[in-house]
Amino acid sequence: MKRAVVAVVGTVVLTVVAVFSVVSAVRDGRAVGDARLSLARGPGLVALSSSAESRGRAVSVSGGRHALTGLTCERLYAANGTGLCLRLAKGFTTYQLVVLDSALREKRTIPLVGIPNRARVSPSGRMVAWTVFVTGDSYNGGRFSTRVGILDTWTQALVPTLEDWAISVGGVRRRVPDANFWGVTFTRDDRRFYATMSTGGHRYLVEGDLAARTIRTLHDNVECPSLSPDGKRVAFKSAVGGDPSRGWRLSVLDLATMRATPLAETRSVDDQAAWLDDRTVAYAIARGRGNSDVWTVPADGTGTPKLLLHDAYSPSPLR
Amino acid sequence: MYLSTIGLRRVGPRAGAAVGPTVLALGAVSLVTDVSSEMVTAVLPLYLVLTLQMGPVVYGVMDGMYTGATALLRVAGGYVADRTRRRKGVAGAGYGVSAVAKLGLVAAGASVPAIGAVIVADRLGKGLRTAPRDAMITAATPEARLGRAFGVHRAMDSAGAFAGPLVALGLLTLMGAATARTFDALFTTSFCIACAGVLLLFLTVREKPAEASASPPSRAAVSGRAAVGLLRLPAVRRLTCAAFLLGLSTVGDGFVYLILMRGQGVTAAWFPILAVGTNLAYLVLAAPFGMLADRIGRLPVVLGGYAALFVVYLLLSNPLGGTGWTVLALVLYGGYYAATDGVLMALTGPAVPEAMRTTGLALVQSGQALAYLLSSVGFGAAWSVWGASTAMQGAAVVVVVAVTATALLLSGNRTRPEAEVR
Repeated sequence: MKRAVVAVVGTVVLTVVAVFSVVSAVRDGRAVGDARLSLARGPGLVALSSSAESRGRAVSVSGGRHALTGLTCERLYAANGTGLCLRLAKGFTTYQLVVLDSALREKRTIPLVGIPNRARVSPSGRMVAWTVFVTGDSYNGGRFSTRVGILDTWTQALVPTLEDWAISVGGVRRRVPDANFWGVTFTRDDRRFYATMSTGGHRYLVEGDLAARTIRTLHDNVECPSLSPDGKRVAFKSAVGGDPSRGWRLSVLDLATMRATPLAETRSVDDQAAWLDDRTVAYAIARGRGNSDVWTVPADGTGTPKLLLHDAYSPSPLR
Repeated sequence: MYLSTIGLRRVGPRAGAAVGPTVLALGAVSLVTDVSSEMVTAVLPLYLVLTLQMGPVVYGVMDGMYTGATALLRVAGGYVADRTRRRKGVAGAGYGVSAVAKLGLVAAGASVPAIGAVIVADRLGKGLRTAPRDAMITAATPEARLGRAFGVHRAMDSAGAFAGPLVALGLLTLMGAATARTFDALFTTSFCIACAGVLLLFLTVREKPAEASASPPSRAAVSGRAAVGLLRLPAVRRLTCAAFLLGLSTVGDGFVYLILMRGQGVTAAWFPILAVGTNLAYLVLAAPFGMLADRIGRLPVVLGGYAALFVVYLLLSNPLGGTGWTVLALVLYGGYYAATDGVLMALTGPAVPEAMRTTGLALVQSGQALAYLLSSVGFGAAWSVWGASTAMQGAAVVVVVAVTATALLLSGNRTRPEAEVR
């Protein structure tokens, strides 16, 4: 008898708690705002909202005016009138990438396996690249890996993964089965790119050749490179003391001298920076859980960080 | 243990086709608990990467905390369960810790060390409960039907693991967003389901009264010395060695699916389907293979399971493209799990003296887990040096050596435990 009472009371309490938590989350208000967004070249920039009411909605910023638009992505980047939006497909089961033109017309949709993490478009708007996490089975420790995909939006040629390219580490051609790639940034001529490759506990800055399908390492402890508009420097994050659990420091590497200059931002930055111009980089800094703000800092190590956008992430200049 | 068989024999030969109420209750607890834990596991990467905006390396740090954290605690937990004669209590503590960890995810916020600690706590809970649960299954089942009992339990367990991710995706779809708020609701729901599992354990599972009443073993029988002495028992030593050898021959799901995907022309879009396919085969085959083990002997079924693994490795070392080969590989891989996971426990249970059974089961499980950790690292190294195909052939050779050694080690292992202790 006592058992039955405990069973009934317990089940009712647990059910009420579970249903209440789900229902109150469903009731979360949806923000209004449906401004037209254009990805055409211009002085402004675009980012994604991190506020609970409008999470993932694109915010267009031009001349100090902010407008919430109808486009929703998990990650967004645009250059020269081409947009790359990584978003959840219907039903929360898969992700997809969408290539957009300047008027947000969908030019190509590709299903993604894994969780989207980084997006980049080449300065010409021709090449697009993305990074996804691929997690294995949860049993046996659940290995994870990251995978980079590249699409040529002119020829529609798709590079689904970089793992089978010819890889040299420190000038020596090697087989690297544990290679993980992320954070691609393209050169102006659309022939080369920089990215991160992790193997054996190292996270290298690598240079990739799209025609030769080769990858070579340039520098150790460099993640999420972002090439400056003049193509001479790379903004990146590096693990403090080489240990990712201690956070990341944002720096700029001169590609001619291979000298790194730490920037004035001393907080941990876990983002692929975006260059607003040849002197300034923008990046997101997490605030609490699920929220973040976009900050800027001079690219030469001087100055102090400035808040650019409250409650936003994934900044992209509309160059 | 033999006292417990008497009660069940009374039921008659036909009713013997069913498994005992304790096994069904433990199966239901595992099913509910696995729904709770797999619904979180399925969306955790989503939560860490999208909502908390964590980069690849932080995710790797989190992931590393999973492994290796549980092996020692397993044996310690088993020992405590034997020493205090409270298997249900220790198992309940394990289920409870994992349940509270779900709320811990809500409380941890965006702090990486806190989330890491919560994940470790969840894994510790899992390590703590496995051996006492398997000991309760062993105690509640006549020896002749152990294979079937473990088979039914494992089938129910994997049914929960199968449903968990579907529940999570259903909830996210219902809430219409993937924000911190909706994840909190998901973790809270998972916590409630886990609590229901704990409730189910305490309300429906009765520890065999036979164990408590019929001359409880003296404290001296369950001591640190007795735990070490377990390894001096030829049967336990052989089983632990065999489990270690068999563990050495497994390279891990991650590698198997990766090679399947690359070598056999499976496109990336089908990657998650590989795990689903394996689980489905496991779920369907676990009970039949358990019954087969009771009929023809447990050792042949375990060895047959590893033979299936050998064929999987051979298939993977030859790039035979095509859906048919992929399906065959997945069915064999699921069959390998069905023929080995529960059946190995059914083989071990009766060989360990009743008083030290939980410790013994934990020992064998830890041996296997430790060996797997070594072999997956070794396989990764072999892959980098020789390439995937040669590394797979190497793994196939290791399977043959391990199976042969296991057959030699265990084929004479028919002695009754009581006879050996005294």
